[in-house]
Amino acid sequence: MLKITINNQETQVHPGTTILQAARQLGIRIPTLCHTEKYAPVGACRVCLVEVEGTKSLVASCAMPVSNGMKVQTHSRRAREARKMVVELLLSAHDGECQTCDRNNDCELQSLAHEMGIREVTYPGEKGPKKIDQSTPALVRDAGKCILCRRCVAVCNQTQGVGGLFPQHRGFKSMIGPAFTNDLSDVVCVQCGQCAAICPVGAISEKDQIQEVWNALDDSTKHVVVQTAPAIRAALGECFGHPPGTLVTGKMVAALKKLGFAAVFDTNFAADLTILEEGTELLVRLKQALLENKPVALPQFTSCSPGWINYVEHFYPDMLPNISTCKSPQQMFGALAKTYYAKKLNKRPEDIFVVSIMPCTAKKYESQRPEMASSSVRDVDVVLTTRELARMITQAGIDFNSLPDEKMNAPLGLSSGAADIFANTGGVMEAALRTVYEIVTGKPLPFENLHVTPIVGLEGVKEASLKITGTVPDWSFLEGLTVNVAVAHGLGNARTLIERIRSNQGNYHFVEVMTCPGGCIGGGGQPRMTDDTVRLARIEAIYREDEGKSLRKSHENPDLKKLYEEFLGRPLSEKSHHLLHTRYTPKGLL
Amino acid sequence: MVEKLGPCACQPISEDELYLRLEQIIAEYQAKPGALIPVLQMAQGVFGYLPEPVLKKISLGLNKPYSEVAGVVGFYSFFSTHPRGKHMIRVCLGTACYVRGGKRILEVLKQKLGIDVGETTSDRMFSLEVARCFGACGLAPAISIDDEVYQRVKPTKIQEILDQYRQKDSAEPARKDK
Repeated sequence: MLKITINNQETQVHPGTTILQAARQLGIRIPTLCHTEKYAPVGACRVCLVEVEGTKSLVASCAMPVSNGMKVQTHSRRAREARKMVVELLLSAHDGECQTCDRNNDCELQSLAHEMGIREVTYPGEKGPKKIDQSTPALVRDAGKCILCRRCVAVCNQTQGVGGLFPQHRGFKSMIGPAFTNDLSDVVCVQCGQCAAICPVGAISEKDQIQEVWNALDDSTKHVVVQTAPAIRAALGECFGHPPGTLVTGKMVAALKKLGFAAVFDTNFAADLTILEEGTELLVRLKQALLENKPVALPQFTSCSPGWINYVEHFYPDMLPNISTCKSPQQMFGALAKTYYAKKLNKRPEDIFVVSIMPCTAKKYESQRPEMASSSVRDVDVVLTTRELARMITQAGIDFNSLPDEKMNAPLGLSSGAADIFANTGGVMEAALRTVYEIVTGKPLPFENLHVTPIVGLEGVKEASLKITGTVPDWSFLEGLTVNVAVAHGLGNARTLIERIRSNQGNYHFVEVMTCPGGCIGGGGQPRMTDDTVRLARIEAIYREDEGKSLRKSHENPDLKKLYEEFLGRPLSEKSHHLLHTRYTPKGLL
Repeated sequence: MVEKLGPCACQPISEDELYLRLEQIIAEYQAKPGALIPVLQMAQGVFGYLPEPVLKKISLGLNKPYSEVAGVVGFYSFFSTHPRGKHMIRVCLGTACYVRGGKRILEVLKQKLGIDVGETTSDRMFSLEVARCFGACGLAPAISIDDEVYQRVKPTKIQEILDQYRQKDSAEPARKDK
């Protein structure tokens, strides 16, 4: 243990502890900006400067490890004034426009300036390079607002392994961006929006499409419906003062009805549908491989996460045959809303306007993909993130917290607990196993409370094995087979898993990948800031939602049975193939 | 170690051959940590500059994101993504040269050559860069052309210096970049 004295308080810390960490243990708060719990400190912003006895200059406490006998003053006049000046200099180059900024009242730089008592721009003068990149459907980057903290670089390179962002140029001309400060659409970017979720200021945000939704709601020729992804109900409350992990399903539905949507539906319904289609696809692949000895791509990969699809198209195009042909629940929903549902109302596909509420920025991109128009028009018209929905609710003057709980509409609103857990890592796999195991054996999944515990939680790559016994006659060729499954979340972990598969390890049959750490509950469009504590709270809420339902398995959803009886026929039918399945295109790296 | 090959005007080298050399360099450094900067240096030695296809090959070959390769190239003024002239003029703007008129020298050079810093004259004769200190502070302001350092340069002398190079080269034509 090392002895350290901070502000005349003595304490002992483990070697390797930074001054910042030691101070926090003593309950002393040193302001930070570029610092995150997850990544190695870069000391880029200098906002955490403190005075260390015996050193000439101030040190960045986030990056400086404690040495034995160190004496630190965190709030001496010199330290306070230096930190204030650092923030003043950041403000000098920052193209502020606070009043019109997306992050007004939710900006770490703004908070720091306020906290430090900065009441004027001390160093007016030249601003850094200004470039607004609106090249992708998902994200907007405003270099003028960027403070070069490099959080986005860390998440893009270390967590996602995409490497789309890196510091470019030098000195005052420095910019964070794609190679040679090109547009995002010109480089490999999966549009996951993790950069937007971690940005402390307004430099990276989702592309705001609220106005498009208002316009549709005001258009009397349109029947405007909305679908909400499973992850929204466990996070939207945070935008209205609730702690992470608060379920606000009923209030969310009430708010959407108040906004004027003709029907409030659930992406969860389409998630149940996905399980039927994707589970059947898996069984068909297994049959072809094991019984018919046909060459078939295994393991089958899930296809719900659009960032993951983008990632495979760019980084592992040879693995595209392994991706389930199922569209994501969002797109299945869109295709059904404009066909099955439209028909019930005697309307044409073009009369229906589908809005999605997603925890995701890549969903904005996905809805614009050329493949996603099987109803004859674009299947999903506009995608809003959780954050955008919260803003829209506020714009409409709705007092969210005083709303009563309301229920989703039929016929696309009823869902099972299996659909709820699509929101978190391991959930799609568990939902699929609940159904596939029961189809094959006629018995429920042999796990306590139906939870496949080895694939629950935040470990990067998770595995589970399940021996199939007591098969029904149709699936007797699976008798005695040990089904191996794997789950990865965060694309860096997905890469680890793919490399494992490529070196013939694991012998997996089915693999779930979610683009964002923790799954959709940690998506790029969720309320900021998401750390592991927040992720775990949201996951816990989702499992609570699942366990609170009597309907826990996708194949038992009565409205889904009706959909198959009235419209689709059976899983993987010709109609299913046309509306609910797709193929993707290799894109390569550069 | 792959032989360091500078651009050579005496016999034309085919583009395929240049890329073959690049592949050899990448293959040799692929597994080594910290390979990016030496590979970029050698690639610039082979091609004379770092065009986009070369940088993309390096990115793929070293398994480094293209954004990182570009970031390193943009950070160091030694690297150039544009073809360079036959002669590299560097104007020192270190403290001593700066206070003794380096900036004025740079202005005159820009005007005489008709190019900005980082650019190359249309006849591919001269490129212009800014440098920080050649260690000739006592004889400031200083400029260098290729490996030759000119000290106590006066704005009125610049035309004369440039003319020397043009005359010397009038016998042999400027290098043709691929």
